[in-house]
Amino acid sequence: MSADSKLYLEDVSVTFQTADGPFHALAPVTLNIPRGRFVSLIGPSGCGKSTIFNVVAGLQSPTRGRVLIDGIDATGSIGQVGYMLQKDLLLPWRTVLDNVILGMEVRGVPVAEARDHARPYLQRYGLGGFENRHPGALSGGMRQRAALLRTLLFDSDVILLDEPFGALDAQTKAQMQEWLLKIWTDFGKTVVFVTHDVEEAVYLSDDIHVMATRPGRVIAHIPVDLPRPRPRSVVTTPGFVALKQRCLALLGHPADEESEAA
Amino acid sequence: MTLTPPAALARKGFFKAPLALFRRGASAPRPRVVRRLPVERDWPVAAIVAVQVGILVVAIGTWEIAADTGWIDAFFWSRPSAIGETLLTFFESGRAVSDTLFTFRSTILGFALGTTLGAAFGLSFWWSRNYARIVQPYIICFESLPKLALAPLIILVFGIGLASKVALASALTFVVSTLTAYAGVKAVDQDGERLFYSLGATRWQVFTKLVVPSCVPWIISILRVNIGLALTGAVVGEFIASEQGLGRAILYAGQTYEIALVWVAVMVLSVLSITMYVAVSWLESRLRRGVGQ
Repeated sequence: MSADSKLYLEDVSVTFQTADGPFHALAPVTLNIPRGRFVSLIGPSGCGKSTIFNVVAGLQSPTRGRVLIDGIDATGSIGQVGYMLQKDLLLPWRTVLDNVILGMEVRGVPVAEARDHARPYLQRYGLGGFENRHPGALSGGMRQRAALLRTLLFDSDVILLDEPFGALDAQTKAQMQEWLLKIWTDFGKTVVFVTHDVEEAVYLSDDIHVMATRPGRVIAHIPVDLPRPRPRSVVTTPGFVALKQRCLALLGHPADEESEAA
Repeated sequence: MTLTPPAALARKGFFKAPLALFRRGASAPRPRVVRRLPVERDWPVAAIVAVQVGILVVAIGTWEIAADTGWIDAFFWSRPSAIGETLLTFFESGRAVSDTLFTFRSTILGFALGTTLGAAFGLSFWWSRNYARIVQPYIICFESLPKLALAPLIILVFGIGLASKVALASALTFVVSTLTAYAGVKAVDQDGERLFYSLGATRWQVFTKLVVPSCVPWIISILRVNIGLALTGAVVGEFIASEQGLGRAILYAGQTYEIALVWVAVMVLSVLSITMYVAVSWLESRLRRGVGQ
């Protein structure tokens, strides 16, 4: 593993014992995520993307292997990384502001202090004026923003995003992607992003790891060397299309198929 | 003889005649009946109230006349005029206020105690699946047990005063609250727990910040049911043995054939019941707003 490695998975495998014998959710996977990079994992359903996240977040013990954060063994410890699950999981009885400070609150920051810390971020990242509303009053895009801010303000260097935009309509999704890139640039965090959407992965990432199923494993690493910042029009450039086709081919799709690799 | 299956009968021509009739009907189509969507127009509120009052007046009037003319036996059924007089004396003697307060007090105490302890017990099952599995059969036993059957025992243990009524009202509300809170615990979003743990939360933090708030709507939903159950418990407790309360007034009046007093006490009890029901409904809506529902 290299010196600038932020997150390192060392031969991590997960096997579940079922009635029909052992089920290999994740064959030994070794993954190096360098500091400050935007890394995507793509692959079909059941390829172990979410299992990897659960292992990194400490919610699932690996059968074998280790998780290193900044070179320190963090296997099985919780609260080390920010994890945004597919659902926004905003608590309906809390205001948007109090939802966003949840991570800090759990960590023991006094509530008043956490609120003061969070308010400017809500203003800057498009939730100004919604601080005291309840999540029920928010649109899908707004809810995802709140959930993502909660993950960011948790104050961990690594954030795991599990298909955060999967349930949004195409237009909102595009807006949220721009927004996420802005936030990523501002915060300088290391992001690991799971998606089914190949175009989304290519557009956002520095690196893409392509996964395959039965057993879940990583089959390819594709660096995305498109210059940043990336305008929307990048999706029609030959370089982008070539990367997208390479990913689709690895996922076992004909090159002319649409980007949904679900 | 042997039974012939319908298909065989059909082959033999048994069903020919009805089928032929059917075909004739199809060849000469009947005219389509034109219907309109049935619509009921709303009456003005005044009209509704007028009819409601009318029904009451007619019912009371009929009762009075029936008692006068001897259609019904006024000794068993009493009559509205006698009930009115008894109502006045019941209040003038001061019994009404002290009896109502007694029943009210035991109902509210039993309600609060049973609901709080029951909900707390139900919530406690979140802490351990094994503990929940061990205790569950006992709860189901206690639930299926008719708690009112325990009344004589409760009176013996807690005496004929307030304590036994509170105990009976609590017993009735406790199990329902436990089961409802437990259902709420089981419905807590697993992903919500995962989110909390991914933030490094302790179990206590998950319990206080996630489990309890998500069960609050479940517990609120039980309040209205519980107020009725608590009142039942308190009144039955007074039936068994008591020196005060509306239940005791009803039983005593019945035993001494003061049927008018039975009606009066039942009326006061209904008013008490409705008042508490309305109060709890108000509390419920306030709490629901408080939890953003």
